Amino acid sequence: MSAPVTAAVSAQPALEISGLWKSFGQLRVLQGVDLTVAEHEVVCLIGSSGCGKSTLLRCVNLLEPIDAGRIVVAGEEITARAVDVNRIRRRIGIVFQSFNLFPHMSVLRNVTLAPQKAAGKSKSQAEVEATELLERFGLADKRNEFPDRLSGGQQQRVAIVRALAMAPDLLLFDEITSALDPELVAEVLNVIRELARGGMTMVIATHEMGFARDIANRVCFLDGGVILEQGAPSDIFSHPREARTQQFLERIIEAGRL
Amino acid sequence: MSGSLGGPHGPLDLGGPTHLRPGGPPLARRRVDRAVIQSTSIALVSSVIVFGLLGLVVVNAPGWPEVRNYFLNPQWFNYSLPKIVDAFGVNVRLFLIAEVLILVLAMVIAVMRSLPGPVFFPLRLLATIYADIFRAIPGLLIIVLLGFGIPGLGIAGVPTDPFLYAIIALTLVYSAYVSEVYRAGIESIHPSQEAAARSLGLNRFQALRYVILPQAVRRVIPPLLNDFIGLQKDTVLVSYVGVVEAFRESSIIQAAHFNATPYVALALVFLVVTIPMARFTDWLVTRDRRRFLASAR
Ligand SMILES: Nc1ncnc2c1ncn2[C@@H]1O[C@H](COP(=O)(O)OP(=O)(O)OP(=O)(O)O)[C@@H](O)[C@H]1O
Ligand SMILES: [Mg+2]
Repeated sequence: MSAPVTAAVSAQPALEISGLWKSFGQLRVLQGVDLTVAEHEVVCLIGSSGCGKSTLLRCVNLLEPIDAGRIVVAGEEITARAVDVNRIRRRIGIVFQSFNLFPHMSVLRNVTLAPQKAAGKSKSQAEVEATELLERFGLADKRNEFPDRLSGGQQQRVAIVRALAMAPDLLLFDEITSALDPELVAEVLNVIRELARGGMTMVIATHEMGFARDIANRVCFLDGGVILEQGAPSDIFSHPREARTQQFLERIIEAGRL
Repeated sequence: MSGSLGGPHGPLDLGGPTHLRPGGPPLARRRVDRAVIQSTSIALVSSVIVFGLLGLVVVNAPGWPEVRNYFLNPQWFNYSLPKIVDAFGVNVRLFLIAEVLILVLAMVIAVMRSLPGPVFFPLRLLATIYADIFRAIPGLLIIVLLGFGIPGLGIAGVPTDPFLYAIIALTLVYSAYVSEVYRAGIESIHPSQEAAARSLGLNRFQALRYVILPQAVRRVIPPLLNDFIGLQKDTVLVSYVGVVEAFRESSIIQAAHFNATPYVALALVFLVVTIPMARFTDWLVTRDRRRFLASAR
């Protein structure tokens, strides 16, 4: 690849959300969200419970239909009418708070299902790739176990591997450590650190402020249906400009989570 | 639930406070054992008394000798049993073929009813109307209407074999019930499972086929078997359209010799075939409940 092309590609944002509105009945959750994420960037979404972090991520994955606005992933408008949602979702991985592994399938099958059925890979190729990923995240000895035999941390790591197996351009994480016992949180956060080192573009909704400060290139505070304030972690956590952001962070500090 | 995590001799020490231990301290444990023995013997004695008395009442009834001869004649029993067992093969074939067809048709109906969105409204409507109609009309009427109605039209090329219409009728009736069982199973799978499947890029049908249905079917096996027990018994209804199966065979013998012992023989055949299946179903239900309790802990 020649230098100018690379420059042109990386100049294009990995994700560009503009004027995103989303309501559930009378409840207006997102009221004009604008967010741009550059390639290889790690963005953390913070905000109080119910502010719409999960909703925003689910909209980006097209799991929720949106009311207004545009979402563009690597130059392609995924909210356009005639777009093939299955093809789009293959490029955007999402990992949920509650793991959502398939309980009737082994770890290996959980990971190979989508590469085989959605990406059309052969069984043997999918298994080789899955095994490599499982090894990389310390799960090789669990490949034939069923999810209910794994710890929460292991389940969540399998869920991450399952999303990675589709080789997505963009990964969304929705509070993936909040269902975990405290001593299991670190192993999952280390996986994300490793992904960040590898240059994965990620949007991470989280309550782990220490982690956000540590890993994010940028922190976005979601409040009142919009991104009220955003900036480098050091700015947001040390000198928040908006009164709402200050209140939120004070409450977090009181709760001992920063 | 006795909560007996320990062996029969003293509870497993879980190291927790005494009042939290399942099974409690050894003394209470022995008291529980004695209570079990006591209640079992009471049940035994009262059963002997109740059934003994009932038996006495029946045997001393004024019409008993006649009833015994009409329903429990050993000679007619020995004569009819082999013929009935023979004819029962037709019932077995009926329900085996129907069961396979029902499993397939009911799945199609259930999936049609589970399709979301306005695009699929006509399919949902069709499936709903079907399930409503065939659950509302007595099975016997469906059998008679199809079995006499369609061949009666006399259209060239349309088969007249009553066995065929018997299978079609039973399949239509039972698929309506079984589709509801499947549907309940599909709806019992949490939507997050579908979200996880779709988020990986699987399309709606792949999510259904690889993620939702395998879990749903596993959950509905016990109620499914219950419906199949009903189906096995309902195969006698097809005698009305002229299929010579076990009930028809019994009626023929009864009418020819004016003795109803063949019916009792047929009842015995059904007991032998159906009770193991009923026991098996109950065992599955208990096992699943126990598993559910274990995983919900
Ligand atoms: N499917 C839905 N139907 C109706 N209301 C919904 C639905 N999903 C979310 N909501 C509502 O939308 C609002 C935003 O929810 P969301 O889950 O996005 O918040 P969140 O920021 O992720 O909160 P948390 O930090 O607790 O996970 C909440 O008030 C929630 O009750
Ligand atoms: Mg959330």
